Amino acid sequence: MASNVTDFTQDFAILNQRVNDEPLTYLDNAATAQKPQQVIDALTHFYQHDNANVHRGVHTLAERATEQYEAARAKVQHFINAAEPAEVIFTKGATDGLNLVAGTYGEAHVQAGDEIVISIMEHHSNLIPWQQLALKKHATLKYIGLTADGELDLADAAQKITDKTKIVALTHASNVLGTITPLKQVAKLAHQHGAVIVGDGAQAAPHVKVDVQDLDVDFYAFSGHKMMGPTGIGALYGKRALLDATDPYQYGGEMIDFVNLYDSTWTELPWKFEAGTQNIAGAIGLGAAVDYLEAIGMDQVAAHEQHLVDYLLPKMLDLDYLEVYGPHNPAKHTGVIAFNIKGIHPHDVATALDMDGVAVRAGHHCAQPLMKKLHQVATARASFYLYNTQADADRLLNAIQEAKEFFSHGSVEAK
Amino acid sequence: MGLSKLNSLYREVILDHSDHPHHKHALADSTSTITLKNPTCGDVINLDVKLDATDHIEDIGFTGDGCTISQSSASMMTDAVMGKSKEEALHMAKTFSDMVMGKEHPQADLDQLQDAAILSSIMQFPARIKCATLSWWALQRALMREEDQATKED
Repeated sequence: MASNVTDFTQDFAILNQRVNDEPLTYLDNAATAQKPQQVIDALTHFYQHDNANVHRGVHTLAERATEQYEAARAKVQHFINAAEPAEVIFTKGATDGLNLVAGTYGEAHVQAGDEIVISIMEHHSNLIPWQQLALKKHATLKYIGLTADGELDLADAAQKITDKTKIVALTHASNVLGTITPLKQVAKLAHQHGAVIVGDGAQAAPHVKVDVQDLDVDFYAFSGHKMMGPTGIGALYGKRALLDATDPYQYGGEMIDFVNLYDSTWTELPWKFEAGTQNIAGAIGLGAAVDYLEAIGMDQVAAHEQHLVDYLLPKMLDLDYLEVYGPHNPAKHTGVIAFNIKGIHPHDVATALDMDGVAVRAGHHCAQPLMKKLHQVATARASFYLYNTQADADRLLNAIQEAKEFFSHGSVEAK
Repeated sequence: MGLSKLNSLYREVILDHSDHPHHKHALADSTSTITLKNPTCGDVINLDVKLDATDHIEDIGFTGDGCTISQSSASMMTDAVMGKSKEEALHMAKTFSDMVMGKEHPQADLDQLQDAAILSSIMQFPARIKCATLSWWALQRALMREEDQATKED
């Protein structure tokens, strides 16, 4: 272990179990992360002691709930270094945040003949909202391609982004290729052409230090559940000037200033974008997840995962029956490793690994255009987080070896 | 446990069908054709069925990509329904769906499924039931003439 990241067995009871009679090796963190006891306790404590609706009661519980909900917002603000809490909008998750931007800012600013630029490695959640907006507005959707080793092609980005470009939307980290994209450089390119840049942080925020001011992104969306928070909560960052100039996403309670019979005015940021009763407990749970990650330190989280990749990736590349996607240089690879055993369908591989207690994802990872580009229908994917260990990496390697042998011989007993 | 449990899923006959699938080709003169996707993994099956004047399956063929289970299941399905009437084939599809969900069935119904009956072992692997049923769903849809319908993406 290359850090003060030591023993998580206390905090993650779920990891201390056997699956199919083998110790659980949870390597599906890119899909969702496990929750530490501190997050579970925060949810329980809220419901047992402080539950009330926020911003509309004068009683004590309403005060407490409001205070904790807004404290969670401030935690998220500091976590991504937003300039002020009002620039953090609570959402259902990254998908919700990206749809919000496409449905409000995008809807208002993209016209026929304009361009929207995304990359070929986008998750469907940062692809379909833009594809549908482009179709509706008769705008052109353009894709930034990849370099030979699976990184974003910056030269291609410079070609694709033009003065006609209104929005550039880019993932900060690929959920398949295991790459961190040069979001900051692409943001600069977008701004040079007068476009706004939207970052999809679903795979980045849980794993690396995010500084939205340094990246100079205009919007940035991420999910709570991939960073050890509850499901159904996430956050959208937006620069104040843009959010102020953008109409609400939904209408209802909580987001109004004055309501008249035939018109209404909207309340101030961020509540303008939070119509209806929000996922209050979820936000407080997300705040607890931020506390947990910051107590360890995002630099330590990233260093630990890098240490595991440095150990595992070369070993996987040494196996000639294995195909590994994304950069082969461990320094350029996050803890998301997509692979295939040659000649064996990833669904079969995932079932075999599961019999060894190793949980991985198999499928198209909601990135069908990227799968086509890789000439694959699907891949297996192992994805690591801070509670994973070198022993987990060894168990994965062993399970891959066993799966290969099983499907080569048609049985575990050699014939 | 390790992989020993896998032996019950990947029986030799299943691996044979997957390595050398039967009727894996498109039909030039199909009377009904359908494309189905397994939304969880992106597997695709294109199924062509040719019914004769008396509504019997004169020919059947499939193409597409998929895992061992989906490929062998499609191969065994085509073996089992070849020559059967539309009603018989629909009944077999129902038997198969019920079987993998663990419902009891008369032995005669299971015998009619031929090799496909061996996939009852899929019950132990709930995540893989969709792989086994994909081709049978395709058959049902094709026989009910719901052409070119695809399941929704996830």
